[in-house]
This record gives sequence, structure tokens and C-alpha cells, in this order.
Amino acid sequence: MKSCAQTISDYAFRAIGYGERLLPRSDFTVCEQFTLIGSGMIWNIYFGVIALCTGFFFAVALAVGKSSDRWIYRRPSELFIFLFRGSPLFIQFFFAYFFFLSLKKNYAFFDPLTAAWLGAVIVLFLNTAAYSAEIFYGALRSIPKGDTEAADAYGLTGWSRFRRIIFPTMMRLAWPAYTNEAIFLFHATALVFFSAFPARGQKGDALYYASYFADKTFNPFVPYPILAFYFILLTLVVIGIFGVVNRRLNRHLPQAARPKLRVRPNLIR
Amino acid sequence: MFSYCTDPSTLDTFRWLTCYLTTGVHMSFYKSFLLVLALLAVTAPVALSFGFLGAMSARSPVAPVSWLGKGYIAIVRGVPDIAFFLFFVIALDQSFELIKHNIVCSDWTDPIRQGNDFLVCPQAKVPLGTSPEYVHQLYGFLLAVITFAIVFGAFAANVLYGGMQAVPRAQLETAEAYGMTRRQTFWRVLVPQMWVFALPGLSNLWMVLIKATPLLFLLGIEDIVYWARELGGTKTSKFSAYPHPDWRMWYFLFLLIFYLSFTKVSEVVLERVMRRLNKGQATSGGEAMRKETSA
Repeated sequence: MKSCAQTISDYAFRAIGYGERLLPRSDFTVCEQFTLIGSGMIWNIYFGVIALCTGFFFAVALAVGKSSDRWIYRRPSELFIFLFRGSPLFIQFFFAYFFFLSLKKNYAFFDPLTAAWLGAVIVLFLNTAAYSAEIFYGALRSIPKGDTEAADAYGLTGWSRFRRIIFPTMMRLAWPAYTNEAIFLFHATALVFFSAFPARGQKGDALYYASYFADKTFNPFVPYPILAFYFILLTLVVIGIFGVVNRRLNRHLPQAARPKLRVRPNLIR
Repeated sequence: MFSYCTDPSTLDTFRWLTCYLTTGVHMSFYKSFLLVLALLAVTAPVALSFGFLGAMSARSPVAPVSWLGKGYIAIVRGVPDIAFFLFFVIALDQSFELIKHNIVCSDWTDPIRQGNDFLVCPQAKVPLGTSPEYVHQLYGFLLAVITFAIVFGAFAANVLYGGMQAVPRAQLETAEAYGMTRRQTFWRVLVPQMWVFALPGLSNLWMVLIKATPLLFLLGIEDIVYWARELGGTKTSKFSAYPHPDWRMWYFLFLLIFYLSFTKVSEVVLERVMRRLNKGQATSGGEAMRKETSA
């Protein structure tokens, strides 16, 4: 029986391929389960952070496109948002994986796309861009009329009007809903290794290891609560970080009018 | 299926395709779409009643009951729903077997958890090892329905609780002023009015439920994802009269289109329902409709 410190040094980075190669096979300790599931969280955080950071910019572009008067911008944005919001992420993962697989068959150049670190990130990026774009679009439509009229009165046009007036207000209004989206994106990352993307060399995410332990011990009552613990922790961290941004976005408002970030997020996307 | 299908290798593309798409396994594939619809049809009302119970108990004046309801709502928050699916399938199965075990084999002395095994006496297996295949499938489906109902019941409870809170306080006070009891106020005033507030949330929930149905695959059910993977995989002429390369991409494209049209249809229908419910309500939606008709 190894000590817990030994287990941590063996398995803390197992999910990205460092440390002990073999997973524990029998006599699973709670320490091993905690360490490995925690190690898997590296993947969940990686998927979530990359998809959020890149998806944000695309989402803003899509939201502006959807509210454009010209159909050449509006139609494609609407179609894109409908495609990704109207179909299950699970099926999107499957379709994307097999699509990448057939690309790879024709051109070896596309090989990295079939690995989760790139292929799944692309799907998550497109998916979160669509969901966030709908949120931003809603915020864009509820910008107070006075704000834009004031911008016009100051003679602001084009980019500077967007950059100084529209964008900050849009962010401010959309932020609580966007926080919710971020939380659900992190939850959605748990699907990656359960759809088609293979966990090469047993390098998987938190849920992958949790279900590994549940299958081996036939006891779901230990690994899944551990997983729940990690995800609740992650949710709290996300709420904390987004709360800081929310305060900054609202710092010009009088104290009483500053909307607090709802600490009880919606349950559904 | 068609008479000309006896020798597929001689057919032209169109006829080959009609034969290919009507083979026995494809019929099972089409049947699994009915399975998804059946799951939705069964789960939606069950989850809604779970949600109603949850919301009712969350509003209860008795503290432990209220904690129970609020705890139920809160427990699904913060954790991915897929984790709940994987958890409940094993947990429910084991608890059913444990209950049956305690009833059927009360004289069993061995411990039930032996290391990595969960052992109940053979008579307490659910379903029995000797049962026919369809019983096993039905049991799997039942587990899936309960799992979906528990998870989506918590979502629905949250939405209904919000709807109940949104009913204007004055309405309830009026009911009290008329001398209605708590129960009467709840059933005659609160419940009829809460739906219009809850409907946007519930229609959103319906969309999420539709999009959660492919997770049936993870619960070990032969659903559309299962068949799309099976049928799309490469078939060689050795094992099949219809050899084809890896077509899984096209099968999943078909599933994507299926879900897109399903959500689109739901959206249109729910929009109509919302208009109907808004008629004559003292909400901004009802106000907008009044202006529309008077203008």
C-alpha cells in the first residue's frame, strides 16, 4: 500500500501523460480516486478555457452580424446559431469526429484534428460561440435607446461608436447570462471522451476516470461524489472570476444601481 | 424488402440505395427513433410531476420539507448532467437489487459488497438472469426513464418554483381576503396562474430534454446513436450484401438534421402555446397582444 503523497506524485499529472503509466488495478484507495479524478480536471479546464477565450470573439462577431440590417451578414449568423443551438452537442461531437476522420483519410495533414486536444476544442469553440452569440444578441437588442442616441449626439460613428458605447453596454447586460453559459460549457467538456474522441493512452478527463473507477469497483458512491466535488469547486471559481469582471463592467454605475452577479445561476443553458 | 433486392451487386445506385435503406437492421434503426420519441413522451410528464413535487416542497412552511425540496433543486446544480446519468444507472440498479435482496433472501449472510463486487442472491437479480431478452431491454429503458426524470425533475422544479414565486403577491392576498385556506389558495389561484410565468422556462427545458436524448446511448440502450455507429461502420462484402466504406459521418449528419428539424418544430409549436396562454394575462406579453389586436 503506497502512501498518499506517493500516489499524488505518481498520478497528479497522469491525465496529460506524466507519472506512472499504469492506472491502479485493484485495492483502490480514496486517495487514488481523488488524485486521478483531479488530474482529469486538467482536461476539463483546458477545454473550457480555450473554448471560452476563443469563442468569445467569434460570438461578438456573430451577435453583431445577427443584428445587422444587411441580410448578407444576418442570414449566415442566424443559420450558424440555429445549427449549433438546435442540435445536441453529443451528436455534434460524433459528427465532427467522423468528419475529421474522413478528412484525415484523404489528407494526412488533418491528423491532429482527430485527437481530442484539437478536434474537441474546435467543436466546443463553435458550440459556445453560438450559445454566447445568442446571449450577446439579446443584450444588444436591449441596450437602452438613450445610450445610442447620446452616442449619435456626440457624433460617434462606426467603430468608435461600437467600441466605446455599444460593446461595453452589451457586455454589461449580457454578463450574468454569459456566466451561466461559461458554467455549462465546463459541464459540457465532460462529454468529450464519452462521444467519439478516444482517450489515447488512458489520458482522459475527470469523468473518464470517475467512470473507470465506478466500472472497476462497481461502486458509484465514491468516484461520482468526488467528481461532483471538483465540479462544484470549478463552478465556484468560475463564478468568482466572472464576478470580478462583472464588478469592473458595472463600476461606472451608482452603488445602488450596480447589479450583483446572481450567485444562483440558472440550471439550464 | 423489394423483389429486385435479391442480388444487390447487380443494381444501379438508386435501386441499391432503396434496398440498402430498407434492410432489417435499418428497420431497427428507424424503430430506435420511435424509442427516442417514446422516452420523451414518458419522461416529460414524469419529470414535470417530479418538478411539481419538488417545487411544492420547496415552498413548504415546514423547514425539513422545504430543505428537501431546495436540496433536490440544488443537487443538480454545479455538476454535469452526464455525471448524474452515469451515476444513477448503477446506483438505481444496485438499490433495486438490494431492496429485493432484503425481501427475497433474508437468510443470506454473506456481505453484499465483497471487495470490487456487488453480490446479491441469484433470486434477487433484477431482472432475473433467466428472463427473456426483452425484459432486460425494458428494464434498461425503465432505468433510463427514471434517471432522466430525476435529473430533469430537478430542472423543472427550479422553473416551477420560479413560476410560483412570480405570481403577483396581490393575487394570493386577495384569495386570503376571501377566506380561502392555504390549500385552496394554492390550487385555485396560484397553480392556474403560474403556468404563464413558467412556460418560457419549461419550453427551454423541453429543448434541453430533446437535446439530452442522445445520452441514452451512454446508458447502454440501443438508441439512434448506437445504430448510427453500427450501421455506418465499414462493411466488407464478406459479411454484408451491401458493402460500403465508413459512412458514419453521413449517419450522424442525418441525426443532426433529425434533431434540428425536431427542435424547429417544437419551437414553432411552443410559440403558439405561449401566445394562447398570454391571451388576457396581466403580463407584458399579454399587453403586447392587446395592443396588436386593438391597433
